[in-house]
Amino acid sequence: MSTKSKSIHTKSSFNQDDRLKKVSPLRMLLNRPELGALGGAILVFIFFGVVAGDTGMFSAFGMLNFFDVSANLGIIAIAAALLMIGGEFDLSIGSMIGFAGICIAIPAIYWGWPLWMSIIFAFSMAVIVGYLNGLLVVKTGLPSFIVTLAMLFILRGATLAITRLITGRTQVPGLRVLIENDPIAWLFATDTFKWFFVWLGSMNLIDLRTDGTPLATGIPPSVVWFIFLAILSTWVLTKTRYGNWIFASGGDKNGATNVGVPVGRVKIGLFITTAVASTIFATIQVLDAGSADTMRGSLKELEAIAAAVVGGCLLTGGYGSAIGAAFGAIIFGTVSMGIFYTDVDTDWFKVFLGAMMLIAVIFNNYIRKKVTESK
Amino acid sequence: MSDYLIQFNNVSKFFGKVIALKDVTMKLKKGEIMCLLGDNGAGKSTLIKTLAGVYKPDEGEIIIEGEKIVFDGPKDALDMGIATVYQDLALVSLMSVTRNFFMGREPLKGLPFFKTFDLEKANKIAAERMGQIGIDVRDPSQAVGTMSGGERQCLAISRAIYFGAKVLVLDEPTSALGVHQASVVLKYIVKAASQGLAVILITHNVHHAYPVGNSFTVLNRGKSLGTYNKKDISREKLLSMMAGGEELDKLEVELKEINRLAN
Repeated sequence: MSTKSKSIHTKSSFNQDDRLKKVSPLRMLLNRPELGALGGAILVFIFFGVVAGDTGMFSAFGMLNFFDVSANLGIIAIAAALLMIGGEFDLSIGSMIGFAGICIAIPAIYWGWPLWMSIIFAFSMAVIVGYLNGLLVVKTGLPSFIVTLAMLFILRGATLAITRLITGRTQVPGLRVLIENDPIAWLFATDTFKWFFVWLGSMNLIDLRTDGTPLATGIPPSVVWFIFLAILSTWVLTKTRYGNWIFASGGDKNGATNVGVPVGRVKIGLFITTAVASTIFATIQVLDAGSADTMRGSLKELEAIAAAVVGGCLLTGGYGSAIGAAFGAIIFGTVSMGIFYTDVDTDWFKVFLGAMMLIAVIFNNYIRKKVTESK
Repeated sequence: MSDYLIQFNNVSKFFGKVIALKDVTMKLKKGEIMCLLGDNGAGKSTLIKTLAGVYKPDEGEIIIEGEKIVFDGPKDALDMGIATVYQDLALVSLMSVTRNFFMGREPLKGLPFFKTFDLEKANKIAAERMGQIGIDVRDPSQAVGTMSGGERQCLAISRAIYFGAKVLVLDEPTSALGVHQASVVLKYIVKAASQGLAVILITHNVHHAYPVGNSFTVLNRGKSLGTYNKKDISREKLLSMMAGGEELDKLEVELKEINRLAN
């Protein structure tokens, strides 16, 4: 229906331009959730550039090292961020990492399954665990904090009990030999752009081993996954209908339901995403180490949430970004590795992590007030 | 085809022993605004939820465009063109105007499996629609949280109309607003009705209802005290019916007594 013809002139009543300040580009930038994390990452790089610039931290090998650590954390932090934007937490991420590890190792070593089948098995288990988490939260209406805290204990306990029952120990080694010629394992275990590093080495641009091969052999799989997931998640969040539903579900569950957003389905999907991301993390680590450990991933859920918060996610949901979480992970990864190159005792890392998160929460809170404040 | 867009015939709703609604009858034509008045606990919320398809009536019938209808959930009501704008407005203050406008019904573009939210089109429509109400959205990507209460109400109504509402059910649209903002919203409601929508305006504020309503239904303790055309009833009479006239009279007597003792 056209409303042009008989428009009632209410324009004057809302046209309060004289009362509006002009929004500067800087102000608009400040309203982006990832700004704090981006600024923090730049500060961290400048800091280590000054303090540890001549120590090898910024050699190819050193950089790959801290990007590898950042990327591993980033994989789960991005998933945790999506879930937080959707208004929920997943405290079972760390336990899921341990569980996924033995889901790969036990079938492959003890039951004689091919490695690819074990990996698919682990991912299937992840979907089941994520679905269960989501279903419990959606159906019971209990806080996800409690439901996934229960899952944290259940999964970690089951991991330990099952592993000991079958193997009699808490570690399952011997996976490295299985990686070669496996049709799937290369996805999680192959360094990429090797030729580039060989070329850099031949040009004497990067350090070489005594046998002439470069010290840094290629981009580790974690970094490739990290970049892929960061791009994919950002695309989903900002460009797709599902992304809009994630924001809506986290921002106002009832409101979203009333306008037809399938909030339950969205949340269950996000819980599956965190469990699957944990399994990607686990697969990369298990194949890299060649063994699974029942304690792997302990406390990773808290680091992932911390990175997401530093990346601008609100604990109340409905606001945040995947890129922000990625920068949050880079900050933590860089500092945790960089601290080795300085004179600072590494024991201080956790202090830094906590302080960083506190600053981020205060900053985010301020930003949220700015964004929602009425005129 | 009936003259009336929507009719309630003796609709009742019980919760166990509690009678939430009893024999409510009302009917509404295109372009009409019916105000549903009632004090707290009069059954307004139950009636809204019955209209929205959340509750099924235990007795009586709902007739839409001459056909008897039983809603099988809120989606059914929405599909029939009955859009309810609740008090919470179903707006997310951290999200942009556009993202709120199309929440749950995003326009898509692109190839199957890679369909993206057509933000360009959505921004254009949202800005255009808000402009028609006279709300100049300079930047449709601004957060809804930055808008005033009246603007938010208008956004929610405008969204319902854009998505094909025939009957607009508004739950206390002016209750949280100041005088000026409320008048803007009321003007918009009249304008919507003049374009052929039927509007059911639920409120306990007679001063907001009386100027815009064509007819008035008063609810008291789950029962309808009747539907009156504007020419048949005065503002004062409505007010006294709503509050339960006797109670007001009694209050007046008691107040007099207090004053007498104080003197």
